[in-house]
Amino acid sequence: MCGIVGLHLRDPALYPRLGRLLESMLCQVVERGPDSAGVAVYGDRRRCPEGHAAVSVLDAPPDLAARLPDALVTAAGDTTVVAAPLSVDALVDAVRAAAPDVTVVGSGTDLTVYKGTGHPRALAATYDLASAEGWQGLAHTRMATESAVTPEGCHPFSVGPDQCLVHNGSFANHATIRRDLRRDGVVFDSENDSEVGARFVASRLAQGEDLDKALRLLCERFDGFYTLLVTSADGFAVVRDAIACKPAIIAETTGWVAMASEFRALAELPGIEDARIYEPEPEKVYAWVR
Amino acid sequence: MGALTVDLQASSVRELNAELHTPTATSYEVLDPKGAHAIAAGVHHPIDVQVRGHAGYYCAGMNDGGAITVHGSVGTGVAENMMSGTVRVRGDASQSAGATAHGGLLVIEGSASMRCGISMKGVDIVVGGDIGPMSAFMAQAGRLVVCGDAGDDLGDSIYEARIYVRGKVGSLGADCVEKPVRDEHRAELAELLAAAGLDHEPGEFRRFGSARRLYHFAAHNTY
Repeated sequence: MCGIVGLHLRDPALYPRLGRLLESMLCQVVERGPDSAGVAVYGDRRRCPEGHAAVSVLDAPPDLAARLPDALVTAAGDTTVVAAPLSVDALVDAVRAAAPDVTVVGSGTDLTVYKGTGHPRALAATYDLASAEGWQGLAHTRMATESAVTPEGCHPFSVGPDQCLVHNGSFANHATIRRDLRRDGVVFDSENDSEVGARFVASRLAQGEDLDKALRLLCERFDGFYTLLVTSADGFAVVRDAIACKPAIIAETTGWVAMASEFRALAELPGIEDARIYEPEPEKVYAWVR
Repeated sequence: MGALTVDLQASSVRELNAELHTPTATSYEVLDPKGAHAIAAGVHHPIDVQVRGHAGYYCAGMNDGGAITVHGSVGTGVAENMMSGTVRVRGDASQSAGATAHGGLLVIEGSASMRCGISMKGVDIVVGGDIGPMSAFMAQAGRLVVCGDAGDDLGDSIYEARIYVRGKVGSLGADCVEKPVRDEHRAELAELLAAAGLDHEPGEFRRFGSARRLYHFAAHNTY
């Protein structure tokens, strides 16, 4: 199983409500994935202030804040978020220098990522999701099939700057593609199949392709079941495998675009009664740019 | 025996279904479903159920004799394994509508997504709009009427069900072929459209069914 929810706001008047809306969506897909939950929020300037980068890490030492006196360090369960007025690369280097054993699970100048194991409802409180603001967000509840229930295996996979990927399904040929990517110098954090999808997309984006093209290439290369929601610094995209094995539903209004595994996650959104609601077709990429 | 209203924001689906399984009324209004799963599943009395809003997975599943209307859209598997009765969806249906259903009538006034009528075993399904790819996969018996278009791989590995499509067909699945529309087919179409309350001319539909080439092995083994 696994549950996916995502919200891309078009109406700035809704930005202050992003976290509350996303939390209510997340709580509707708890049964789809009770093992772990992750969240990504774009545009929350209290979590990632203007001119700052934010880096999310796992396995942070308890004294990380003392080791990084010039940074804003916030612990949220398994995840610790570090923000500082540096470039993304410089901040990642600084965090790794201060705490070499951490695993970086998210980074960007407009993005804050949280992931961890446990009950999704409790994790939403741990991440203080309700107070989040911003223009875009996504969340995932995990029912593990391909690898262990660990914070590393939790989604989203954020492996490029301001990028996130969440996955419902399982890739069949991920080991082959992981081997190929490793040969090209890509480094992996987990044995998770979805991470391979995220690394593949990140490598295509790094080569200058857009989200739409990267996901069409993913459909050609990956075998298995997938509904994917992928976000970047300016966009939001959905794609499903050739037989559309895993559920997905999209709703659009003038105020927002939302995607979820099930309708009930969309039922509380403002204006849902007038939304255009549809299911994405197999292997067709649906993308929205800010 | 009168009418009862159940608000799903105040009662659980389990409580609703327990009431519908041993009904104390003849008709029910179900309010505020908000996409909950298994609404009115397992109804086996001739009761009338009106669901006011969108329903989730397996709505009206296993229906045996009930008349269930959803004034909204439904999730995966509406009326799956229905035995008899009527299920009407005023909006759209997600995947696998009417899956494995043995009897009764399923009407979807909007469109149905992929695998509509998968493994249908005798149900009649009438869709006012379009149906998605891989519909009527391994359909064994019953009739599927589509007033709009059908997606790719229609009727893949079909046995004996009859499919009628008024619009375009993306492509036909393995062993599904177009067949001539004769008077008896126009007559049954008129009957099904009337039962569904849809006003189309039976002469506008094409018929599809099994070429029956998959009934026997044809491997031509030489040893």
